[in-house]
Amino acid sequence: MSEARVAPSLRRRLVVRLLGLAAVLAIILFIAVRFSAETASEATLDAVLGVATASIADDLRSGEDGAQVTLPAETFSMLAAMGEERIFYRILIGGTTMTGYDDLPLPRDTPTAVAPVFYSRSYREADLRLAAVSRNLIIDSRPATALVIVGQTREGQRVIAQQLANRAAMLGLFVFLLAIPASLVAATSLLRPLDRLAEAMARRGPRDLRPVRHPVPEELAPLIGALNSFIARLKSTLAQTETFIAEAAHHIRTPLATLRSEVELALRLAKDEPMRQRLRRLLRTVDEGSRSAGQLLDHATVLYRAEQQVFADVDLGAIARGLVDRYRTTADLKDIRLTLDKPAGAVPVTGDAVLLEAALRNLIDNAIKYSAEEAEIHVSLAISEQTAIFRCEDEGRGLDGAVDSKLRGRFQRGRNVEDVVGSGLGLTIVAEAVEAMGGSFSLAARPEGGTCATLTMPLAAKS
Amino acid sequence: MSNLHKAQLGTVRLSANACQRLLRLAALTSAMLLGIVSQTASAFDIEAERRFGDPNATRSIDVLSTTDINVFSPVIEGFIAARPDIAVNYIVASSQEVFNAIETDRAAVDVVISSAMDLQMKLANDGRARALPAGILEGRPAWARWRDTLVAVAQEPAVLLVARKALDGGLPMPRSRRDVIALLRDHPDRFKGRIGTYDPKVSGAGYLFATQDAQLGETFWRLAEVMGRLDTRLYCCSSDMIEALLSGELLLAYNVLGSYSRKDDLYREKVILVEPEDFTVTLLRTALIPQEAKNPGDGGVFLAYLLSPAGQSLVREAAGLPLIDPRVYAEKPHLRPIRLDPGLLAQLDTMTRKRFLEEWQAAMEQP
Repeated sequence: MSEARVAPSLRRRLVVRLLGLAAVLAIILFIAVRFSAETASEATLDAVLGVATASIADDLRSGEDGAQVTLPAETFSMLAAMGEERIFYRILIGGTTMTGYDDLPLPRDTPTAVAPVFYSRSYREADLRLAAVSRNLIIDSRPATALVIVGQTREGQRVIAQQLANRAAMLGLFVFLLAIPASLVAATSLLRPLDRLAEAMARRGPRDLRPVRHPVPEELAPLIGALNSFIARLKSTLAQTETFIAEAAHHIRTPLATLRSEVELALRLAKDEPMRQRLRRLLRTVDEGSRSAGQLLDHATVLYRAEQQVFADVDLGAIARGLVDRYRTTADLKDIRLTLDKPAGAVPVTGDAVLLEAALRNLIDNAIKYSAEEAEIHVSLAISEQTAIFRCEDEGRGLDGAVDSKLRGRFQRGRNVEDVVGSGLGLTIVAEAVEAMGGSFSLAARPEGGTCATLTMPLAAKS
Repeated sequence: MSNLHKAQLGTVRLSANACQRLLRLAALTSAMLLGIVSQTASAFDIEAERRFGDPNATRSIDVLSTTDINVFSPVIEGFIAARPDIAVNYIVASSQEVFNAIETDRAAVDVVISSAMDLQMKLANDGRARALPAGILEGRPAWARWRDTLVAVAQEPAVLLVARKALDGGLPMPRSRRDVIALLRDHPDRFKGRIGTYDPKVSGAGYLFATQDAQLGETFWRLAEVMGRLDTRLYCCSSDMIEALLSGELLLAYNVLGSYSRKDDLYREKVILVEPEDFTVTLLRTALIPQEAKNPGDGGVFLAYLLSPAGQSLVREAAGLPLIDPRVYAEKPHLRPIRLDPGLLAQLDTMTRKRFLEEWQAAMEQP
């Protein structure tokens, strides 16, 4: 299977995006506070400046020789109080500067008596905020328009706005720093269902084709749906294949049995020695075919049941006992001594009785098949901690250096077995059956000659 | 405002001493015009000028001040002793001339010290002063400085001087303006024509005191009415009022700069100094470094010395000027320092000034 192309880690991408968001939020906070602090304080200070200017305009009155005014010192003091501001003013009547700074900038719009006009200008190397108020006077029995302009620097306001903004920036930085662990935690918790799913998938056995029932977040549901439908398709394909093999094997076995009895009959009737030899070879070929068909059927059964995973508590001891009893006759034909050594009580394991029976049967069958006449086969069952250990030791031809893992491949046989009928499926059946039930199987050469097949199964949990 | 100096010449009621002073000033002015005392090329009127320190010193500063040379020289001598490498050219001019020198003539002096707070404030507000070197403003109380351009170097209460013989016959000692009003009302014959105060039309300090008085309490206008009725004499300067008190010409002088009080026994025998308990307006002598300063760094060094403990003790002991010290206000709660802020600009306004002086004139000249 080829490795999937690996995109950047989801966790890293999530953390980077969250941090980016936090940084943007911090900057927005800084700008927003700076802006709103400036706007709010400007509105407040404008109101004060407007009232101060209007009060000066109110004090304007016509005297004996033109207009009269007394500038209120207190008002100037107050306007200058915040941040020791600089104050500039100008009073015009009918467009002529009466007093104050005669070059103080005029407003663009003409103010009315009701609403002052505010504007900002640069004057004498200072940034001024100015308010202008106009008022109508009667001077020398003629109406005249007076314009009062008062300007102040706003350094104190700027300092305070800057301080507020700095505080907001600190807050933003704090939020950003806080966001680092928070986004790590968030990314981890967001990705936890994915991690769990990956873990659950990794835990599955290679033949576990049950649909995924693991609870997943809504967003992963389509993926799981697709995966499950994929599994279902795979399963149905496999099932079809296995059913086909089983049926094929079954259909072959029946005519083979008929063929065998016909060949046996022909052998009995044949007098001609070359013909008899030919018939014997035919009989042997038929046997091989029949056995292969049987093993194929067995293998299909094992695959099917391994997939079903319907397990119960089974007494391994009883299965071993039954099999040894069943094979005694076969062993006796070759004068092989078949012995069983097992604990007195039951050896309960969790598994499928049919699978266990198939595994054990194949091991005992192999041992008998590859043993010479008058040899000894020792079958033993033991309990070690939480596992049941089944061993089948023979004095046969051994493995001839073949590796266990190779032998359990489908249709693989050792190099030293040409004279014995076999399909190459026996060890495959054993390994697949045992591994489907969480057990293990190994094959080793015995130092004194012969082979030791070891099969372990976890003991059933005590209820 | 700029024609204040000319107004001095045209003032109607000037004392004899004031006239002498004017003559002296005129002499000095002509001397300057002749180039005798002319180190600083300038268009403004200089009253006096003296160079302190090593004549060959490579570094020198020009200090333009309203304080008389003999009052301030101990402080400058102290500075020369501390920094012999810097020579000081000390120039004295009236407060209005000091203002004109900086505002109009752009005189290239390094330090400006003036008792006219309002004019100094206008210079600072209008951007004619440069930022003082860092460190000078450190530890200065907020009321004794403005922004980073203006700093107070001394403070002077405006006091009431009473001749001892004015109280002959067991008259009560006046402690407040109310007392003064009562005293003058009860004894118009004794005080008629023998009261003196600043002429606010002529004197910048006098105008400042009068406007502050008017702002701080209503008693001022009542007092002005009473003083007007008793033919109060108007003076240009504190020293003239003190001389008139000593000569017996005056019995009572209102709003006199306390620092001009002499310390000799004759003076103490004849004159009682009263700081009115309702409030005593206190003026701040302020210093700034103008934009055109040629040597602002050494100007800053000079100001730093002036504000150092050594400089301040000379200011107090040798020059007799009270210090900028917040503790003074704890001891004398009646002292009201004139607020050093743009509020001063309001009184400086020509229309406001015209209106105030009209009121004053009306109080002084009663039918």
